[in-house]
Amino acid sequence: MSRRVAIVGMGVVAPGAIGVKEFWSLLQEGRTATREITLFDPAPFRSRVAAEIDFDPAAHGLSPQEIRRMDRAAQLAVTATREAMAGCGPVLDSLDPARLGVTVGTAVGATMGLDREYRVVSDDGRLSLVDHSYAVPHLYGYFVPSSFATEVAWVCGAEGPVAVVSTGCTSGLDAVGHAAELIREGTADVMIAGATDAPISPITAACFDAIRATTPRNDEPERASRPFDRTRNGFVLGEGAAVFVLADLEWARARGAEVQGEVAGFGQRCNAFHMTGLRPDGAEMSKAIDDAMDEARVDPEEIDYVNAHGSGTKQNDRHETAAFKLSLGEHAYRVPVSSIKSMIGHSLGAIGSLEIAASVLAIRHDVVPPTANLEEPDPECDLDYVPKTARDWRTDTVLTVGSGFGGFQSAMVLTGTDGTR
Amino acid sequence: MSAAAPVVTGIGIAAPNGLGTARYWTATRAGESGIGPVTRFDAARYPSRLAGEVPGFDAADHLPTRLLPQTDHMTRLALVAAEEALADAAVDPAEPGEPGSGDLDDPGARGVVTASSAGGFEFGQRELEMLWSRGSEHVSAYQSFAWFYAVNTGQISIRHGLKGPGGVLVTDQAGGLDAIAEARRQLRRRSRLIVSGGVDGAICPWGWAAQLTGGRLCTGDDPATAYLPFDERAAGHVPAEGGAILVLEDAAAARSRAAPRVYGEIAGYAAGFDPRPGTGRGPTLRRVIESALRDAAMRPADIGAVFADAAAVPGLDGEETAAIAAVFGERAVPVTAPKTMLGRMYAGAAALDVATALLTIRDGIIPPTINVRPARRHPIDIVLGAPRPAPVRAAAVIARGHGGFNSVLVVRAAGTAPPGPGTEPARGTHHARQAV
Repeated sequence: MSRRVAIVGMGVVAPGAIGVKEFWSLLQEGRTATREITLFDPAPFRSRVAAEIDFDPAAHGLSPQEIRRMDRAAQLAVTATREAMAGCGPVLDSLDPARLGVTVGTAVGATMGLDREYRVVSDDGRLSLVDHSYAVPHLYGYFVPSSFATEVAWVCGAEGPVAVVSTGCTSGLDAVGHAAELIREGTADVMIAGATDAPISPITAACFDAIRATTPRNDEPERASRPFDRTRNGFVLGEGAAVFVLADLEWARARGAEVQGEVAGFGQRCNAFHMTGLRPDGAEMSKAIDDAMDEARVDPEEIDYVNAHGSGTKQNDRHETAAFKLSLGEHAYRVPVSSIKSMIGHSLGAIGSLEIAASVLAIRHDVVPPTANLEEPDPECDLDYVPKTARDWRTDTVLTVGSGFGGFQSAMVLTGTDGTR
Repeated sequence: MSAAAPVVTGIGIAAPNGLGTARYWTATRAGESGIGPVTRFDAARYPSRLAGEVPGFDAADHLPTRLLPQTDHMTRLALVAAEEALADAAVDPAEPGEPGSGDLDDPGARGVVTASSAGGFEFGQRELEMLWSRGSEHVSAYQSFAWFYAVNTGQISIRHGLKGPGGVLVTDQAGGLDAIAEARRQLRRRSRLIVSGGVDGAICPWGWAAQLTGGRLCTGDDPATAYLPFDERAAGHVPAEGGAILVLEDAAAARSRAAPRVYGEIAGYAAGFDPRPGTGRGPTLRRVIESALRDAAMRPADIGAVFADAAAVPGLDGEETAAIAAVFGERAVPVTAPKTMLGRMYAGAAALDVATALLTIRDGIIPPTINVRPARRHPIDIVLGAPRPAPVRAAAVIARGHGGFNSVLVVRAAGTAPPGPGTEPARGTHHARQAV
């Protein structure tokens, strides 16, 4: 009998919302946190909007050395980790450090730090043979994003399996899926797992401009992220982190921990098609969904809510709508589907974990967060996307999905704690 | 798919002393070094000027023109290694399975898991230079994926039609083992074949600046005295590019398709993390080696060779040799570091060590550690200077990453799983594993 995986702690740092409580208010109210970019001068760029966090690391307890050493993405991860640990009750007490592991997802690592330090050592691109004597002493930690996992392991004292999972924009789902598997197979009893990204930097803006993936809707930033809307024309870059304390369900219950939800099933596939393109039929995402439902032993009709990838690009929203229909059949037309990227943008590798957090909160509150800015329906996206306003909705079982560059397609089924399975 | 240990049925190698498994293995058995002065950029101004570069590699000879503008150098090496591994295994992954064989028909049963450390860093330097010297509109449309950590998995999946799970582990130098362990996990779940391993490298000025701040690069210009693990003169390593890609298969699946060769089994694995410096807690490596042996249901005496991480940083070397001696006994098992011929290739290094361990088992030859005069304080038996003939049935590979990562993987000859539970007293036959 395979072990079951409980979520017993949660921490969130998101645009417009630091902390789980703030995060849920924002989602429930349908507030958007997208705005004109302030983290750098966006004037030269095609897309000039982003979902930014007003984040003061010192105010969140990071020491001067931590602030100097860590890229912003690591700072967000550590902040979310501390909230998750503070709320997880007794599961970390008297735990053998060898049975505690860490999995951190990130798509693009220390992009902000690398962009900033590159400018210095190259003197704004003048030197191809960069001057290493100008490098900050912690540049190696930006070079290898595995440093993020080191930082989180140092916060929680883990001495078990520690890793970064980096599968582009599905990293946030895959990191939690990986950690859940380590608990199931018995390698660890508790995992600190989640994802972070802080990609709002000139190099990221430039590379998404180059392929027109981000929206040029610069005149109304707060309405720029428009998943499933007919007028959508690209995603809005975001940043953030969400981290969970996962534990063997029986182990957690025996210690009296409050179980907030269960990672019931996970599936992951490659489309083997194109590094940035999606096959319109959604076949591989559908296979990932089928794998996740199969592992969770749920039928399509049992899915109460679909937390969509919903990035707001033309091709993505079509692609996943097709995948939902393939996997859920007629039920796809009945189940509420929404995208929180409409409010907090697309934080690349982090968003999958933020969406898991939103899914767990939907289960806890029996409320489905809305798709903000969905005003003009698209005939190609003909499901119930919960436009603009959150919905009271009995929610016990959630499907959340992700899709990313490289062809990665992931799906996870999260369930409540009613113990019916 | 099954409880039996997965098997390795294909190997592809890109190494500084030889591109391709045959050339690499001939050179490595002969103790030929691939370390030399950096040629890919002018390193004269930097304190470290040596590297292990894959010799004579012209990507255009190996890859379609269409792939060249969208790939970093290390991705090109990875694609060539993956192609060699799949050809070696005689697998055309896009081929449908045998009729009536259930999920063999599902191309989703075949996936990719690779390790990465810093992504396509050289590609990234070029595009950063474009951005800051010429403007954002000059940044390549391929930058969005050519430099990121998932690129090799994505490109291998696309090139070979692998629609199963796709994974990417980033744990610095330990990654090569963690990727193979994740592949094993996928084979235990739904998959029948996983292409896995790591090919890596950041031999560019920007990569140099970053690696220099890690504080572990050696200086000097003599390849024969540059990278000297376990030696009194140990003073850091030479960075390198390359690695290995393996084809791993569920043992029954490999049998049913009559795979032409089985190099060996992935018998055991464990990973653990070192406590934060200053906490007073000791290093984790000894426990990780013991856990990997327990996972393989093997005893220390079953291991015929240990492939060391070989950091060439005195403190790290001391931790490693102490852990090896504690588990296996002082000078009780041959230890080698073919890396002394290659340099350290980050996420590629340990995957290549696994390939080398399998070739060692096949041919009964342990490749040497070159240039090293071991310090007396290291209580281990290092295979020095010349290859050592030995009937090796199983080997352990150790890999450690910057920041605290420790991983150990055990490979063994196919069909040689011991009957007992290894480090624990025998409790009966329920621990016996199905021979391949």
